[in-house]
Amino acid sequence: MDKITVVLAGQPNVGKSSLINAISDAKLKVGNFAGVTVDKVELDISYCDEVACRDYIIHVVDLPGAYSLVDYTQEERVTKNALLEGDYDVIVNVVDATHLQRNLLLTSELLELGKKMVVVLNMIDEAEAEGIEIDEKQLSTILGVPCIKASAYKKIGIKEIEQSIVTVSQDDTISNKVIYSDFIEEEIAHIVRFFKERRYTSAIPYRQLAIRLLKEDEKIYKKIHEEPIWIELQHLLREALEHLYLHAGSKDLKEIFTDEHFAFAKGAKMEVMSRKSMRAKSLTQKIDNLLINKYLGIPIFFLFMWILFQLTFEVGAIPMDLIDASFSWLGDKAKVVLGDGWLGSLVADGMIAGVGSVMMFLPNIMILFFGIALLETTGYMSRVSFMLDGFFHRFGLHGKSFIPLVTGFGCSVPAYMAARTLKNEKDRLLTLFIIGFMSCGAKLPIYVLFIGAFFEAQNAGNWLFLIYMIGAVLGLISAKILHLYVFKGEDEPFVMEMPKYRLPSLALIWHTVYGQSKSYIKKAGTFILAASMLVWFASNYPKNQDIQDSYEVKIEKVQSQEEKDKLANEMQSQLLKESYLGKVGQASEWFFAPLGFDWKMSIALETGLAAKEVVVSTLGVLYSLGDETDENSASLRTQLKEHIPLPSAIAFIVFVMIYLPCFAASMVFAREAGGWKYLLYLFIFTTATAWVLSFIAYNVSKVILGV
Amino acid sequence: MVLSQLQKGDEAIIVRINADSTLRNRLSSFGVMRGEHIKVKGCSLAKKTMEIEIENTLLALREIEASKIEVSQVAEVSQ
Repeated sequence: MDKITVVLAGQPNVGKSSLINAISDAKLKVGNFAGVTVDKVELDISYCDEVACRDYIIHVVDLPGAYSLVDYTQEERVTKNALLEGDYDVIVNVVDATHLQRNLLLTSELLELGKKMVVVLNMIDEAEAEGIEIDEKQLSTILGVPCIKASAYKKIGIKEIEQSIVTVSQDDTISNKVIYSDFIEEEIAHIVRFFKERRYTSAIPYRQLAIRLLKEDEKIYKKIHEEPIWIELQHLLREALEHLYLHAGSKDLKEIFTDEHFAFAKGAKMEVMSRKSMRAKSLTQKIDNLLINKYLGIPIFFLFMWILFQLTFEVGAIPMDLIDASFSWLGDKAKVVLGDGWLGSLVADGMIAGVGSVMMFLPNIMILFFGIALLETTGYMSRVSFMLDGFFHRFGLHGKSFIPLVTGFGCSVPAYMAARTLKNEKDRLLTLFIIGFMSCGAKLPIYVLFIGAFFEAQNAGNWLFLIYMIGAVLGLISAKILHLYVFKGEDEPFVMEMPKYRLPSLALIWHTVYGQSKSYIKKAGTFILAASMLVWFASNYPKNQDIQDSYEVKIEKVQSQEEKDKLANEMQSQLLKESYLGKVGQASEWFFAPLGFDWKMSIALETGLAAKEVVVSTLGVLYSLGDETDENSASLRTQLKEHIPLPSAIAFIVFVMIYLPCFAASMVFAREAGGWKYLLYLFIFTTATAWVLSFIAYNVSKVILGV
Repeated sequence: MVLSQLQKGDEAIIVRINADSTLRNRLSSFGVMRGEHIKVKGCSLAKKTMEIEIENTLLALREIEASKIEVSQVAEVSQ
C-alpha cells in the first residue's frame, strides 16, 4: 500500500475542517486552535487507476489557516514552516470560491514552492447561489494544477479530490508556475539561460532558482555565494535587479513581488470568473445592518451573552449538582468499604473528590464552548471584535477579550480556555493575566459571608455589586499597566476579515466542543487531580495522634450529642492547625500580619488556593464550627465579627478579590499561557497586587474608621 | 484624503498605502492594494473601527490603520 502525505493549506474560513470531515466521513479526533497545533488525520482511501486497483493511505495534515505566507500571525508562521520544511507529497489548497481573487493570492504563493498541488474550489454551491461562475478548466490551465469544484457541505466533488491527489502524487512532472509581468519574466529567462549555458548542477529547478535569486532569498545566496559561478552571476544579477527597479518604479523587492502576486491573482480571476447577478450577497448585509448597527449592535450582543451565560451557569448547574452529588455518594460508599482510616480518606477525600472537582466543570465547559463555537462558525465573533475593540483597545486589550473576561465572572477555568479565540499571542497573554480580576462564582460565598458579618443586610447587594465592579475596573487598569510595561511593543495591526454569515454544521460544532472537553480532561484534569491529592495530604498530615487521642477520650466522657459535636469540631480545628497546611499558615503569619490577618485567616487563604469554596469551610473548621459550615451560618458570622476587626475584614475581601485563582484554574492557566513560568509570573503578579492593595485598604479603613 | 475620513456608504479608489511592511503585507493579503475599489460599510461607536468592502470581502480595520490608506473618493452614490 502506498502512502501519500497531503498538507491542507488555505485561508481562514474556507471550510478546511469541514472538507476533512467530508473526505474522511469520520469525526476528527483532535481540535485545532490558536495556531499552535498542527493536526494529523489519517485516512485510508482505495483508488482504482486504469491499470490496476491500488490501495493508498492518505495522511492529511491540516495546517492552520493563513491569509498569506508572510509571517504575520502565529498561524501563518506555523503554516509557512510546515510548508517549507515539512515532508509531504501534495499540497491541497482549499480555496473559497466566493472570494476567488483574495484566495488566489495565497495560491500564487503556494505555487512558488514548486510542489505538487491540487486546488479545491470549495463552497461552489454557495458561489453558484450568488451568481458566480468559475471555469475550473481554464483555471487549471493558468495555474498548471488540477482545480476541482467542490462543496464540503453538499458533499460535491469529494471523490474527485481523492482521485486527483492520487493522480498528482504519481505524476512526476510539475508544470505549475506563476507567470510574472514581462519585465520580470525577461530577467528570469536571462538567468535561466545563463545557468543552462554553464551546465550548472542544482537540485532546485533553474526557474525557481532564478526567482529566488531575484527575490533575494538569503538561503540561496548563502549557498551560491560559495561557488565559482558567483563571480559571473553577481554581475548578471546586479543588472537584472537594476532593470526590475527601473520597470517597477520601486526598490522594494517585497513590494514588487507582492504586486506581482496580486496582479496574477486578479488576472486569473478575471479570466475564469464571471458574475451573473449580485444575489444573496445582500443577506449578510441585511443581518449586519442589524447586528452591527451603531446603537443596537451592542445591546443585541449583550443579550446573546446573557443567554449564553444563563445557559452556561444555570443550565450547567443541573448536571454539575448531579456530578457533585454522585461523587460525594461515591466517596461515602468508598469510606464505608475502606473504612474511616487513611486509605478511606485518601480514596474518598483525595482521589474521588479530586476527580469530582475535575468533572464538575465539564458541563460549564461544554455549554460555553458550544456557544463560542456557534458564535465563531457563524461569523458573529468578528463582529463582536469590531464593535468592542474601540473600548478594549484603550486598555491594550482586543475586542475579542470580552468573552473570556465575562466568562471569568462565572468560572476562571472555561474563561482561560475561552481566551483561545484570541489569535495574537500578546493579546491572549494579557487577557489571561487579568481574567482572575473578574471574581468567579466560587468567590461569592466568601463575599456573602463577610458582607453578612460586617455590613447591614439592606446594603448587602450594593456592597456585592461594588466588589465585582472594583474587581473589573482593577482588571482593566492592570491590563493597561501590563500593556505599557510588560507586554509592550507595538500593537499588531488590526485588520480582520468579517466572514459571511454561515449556518454552521452541527458536526463541526460538536468537533470543537468534543476537542476542547477532551483536552480539558486530559491535560488539565490530571494536574487538578494531582493537586487536590496534594492538598488533601497537606491538610491531613502529619497526624497528631496525641490531640486525636485526648479529644476522643473527652468525647467519650461527655453525654449530650451537642457537646460531643462541639468537641469533635474543636479536634478538627486543632488537627488542621497541626497539619502541614496549618504549619505553613502559621509560618506565613508574618507575611499577612501587616494586612491585619491572623493565622486562621492566613490558613483560610491558603486552602483557598485549592478552591475558593474551601475558604468558608476552612474558617468554619478553624472557628471550631465543623466543616459543614456555609456562608449563611449565623454562628460563623458572629464568630467572625467577634474576632476580626473591620479593617482586616475589608483587607481580606480585597485580597480574595485579587489573589491567585484556584488550583484547577491555575493549571488551566499554565497550559493556556504556554508554560509554568507564566504561572509563576501570575503568582507573583497577583500576590503582590493583592498584598499591596490589601495593605492600602487595611490602613486607609483603619484611619477612616478611627480604629 | 485618507480612508478614515470617509463616511458610511462612501466609495473610493485606493491611491497609496503609507504603511510599514507588516501592515502592508497584511493589507495586501486581503487584496487591499493600490487601484482597488473600496466601499465603507459601517463604523463602530466613536468611529474606532470601520468596516469596508473590497472585492466581495468585508474587512474590519482600526482607525489608525485606516488613516494610513490614501484614497480618492468616487462620486457619492445617491441612496
